[in-house]
Amino acid sequence: MKARVHVTLKNGVLDPQGKAIGHSLNRLGFPEVGEVRQGKFIELELAGTDAAAARTRLDEMCRKLLANTVIENYSIEILS
Amino acid sequence: MKAAVLVFPGSNREGDIARAIELVTARKPQMVWHGDGDFDAADLIVVPGGFSYGDYLRCGAMAAQSPVMAEVKRRAARGVPVLGVCNGFQIITEAGLLPGVLMRNRQLKFICGDVHLRVETGQSLFTNRYQSGQVIRVPVAHAEGNYFADAETLRRLEDRGQVAFRYCAPDGTRGGTGNPNGSINDIAGVFNEGKTVLGMMPHPENAIEPLFGGGDGRGLFEGLVEALS
Repeated sequence: MKARVHVTLKNGVLDPQGKAIGHSLNRLGFPEVGEVRQGKFIELELAGTDAAAARTRLDEMCRKLLANTVIENYSIEILS
Repeated sequence: MKAAVLVFPGSNREGDIARAIELVTARKPQMVWHGDGDFDAADLIVVPGGFSYGDYLRCGAMAAQSPVMAEVKRRAARGVPVLGVCNGFQIITEAGLLPGVLMRNRQLKFICGDVHLRVETGQSLFTNRYQSGQVIRVPVAHAEGNYFADAETLRRLEDRGQVAFRYCAPDGTRGGTGNPNGSINDIAGVFNEGKTVLGMMPHPENAIEPLFGGGDGRGLFEGLVEALS
């Protein structure tokens, strides 16, 4: 089983990297770009076939290591 | 005072801080490897600066889960003092010993140079050699020193006097250009509730000899010796 985790900064948390990316895109001739938020994408191979159980485990992984919930949100996607 | 200095793959200031401790205690600290979950009793545990585990995922995130940190958390819960400097601060916040988080500097640049700090309280193990409100000059060297905590946590920190140091101008005026990284409320260092754990981004261990640009950091180590010997 394969899973994808997206980790993004919470709303209201300053994202200087996203801002810098936005400015660069504007300068490169993409004036339509407004706010940019940058995050992380983590792909995991998991043993087992129970998607619900995997989701519970992934949630624990996110809280323990993959995300810092002080400033980050995470979302979990299971690909069968 | 018996001190233990943790060493992770990628630590690089452990020698500097060991030297500062040896200078004031005349005794070499015990160096403890990250995989060592059971080390000799110590009066003080130091988590030094560097780039533990290459700063993978988030600064300090990997180190916070290492066997040695599980033991540090157990000892901190029993009241053993813990000092985290720079990457050490990042590690102990990731480990949950202190609230908040260290984010990328506001201007996205690695900063390296002297800063001025206002000592917010002289009433702690770590700061008893300083006066409350005293301004000291010590170096910083980091890319992720931008302290952040949510409004509720911040209010609690301020109400309980858990802010140890704030960035300031040489005359002690808070913030403005004195804040090098965008830290919320100009926070450079915080205590836990019992003031037995201190995390700070600046490097007091690199300001212990006037010959090398200043000795303002030495008081922190001398104060610890006085409190813990």
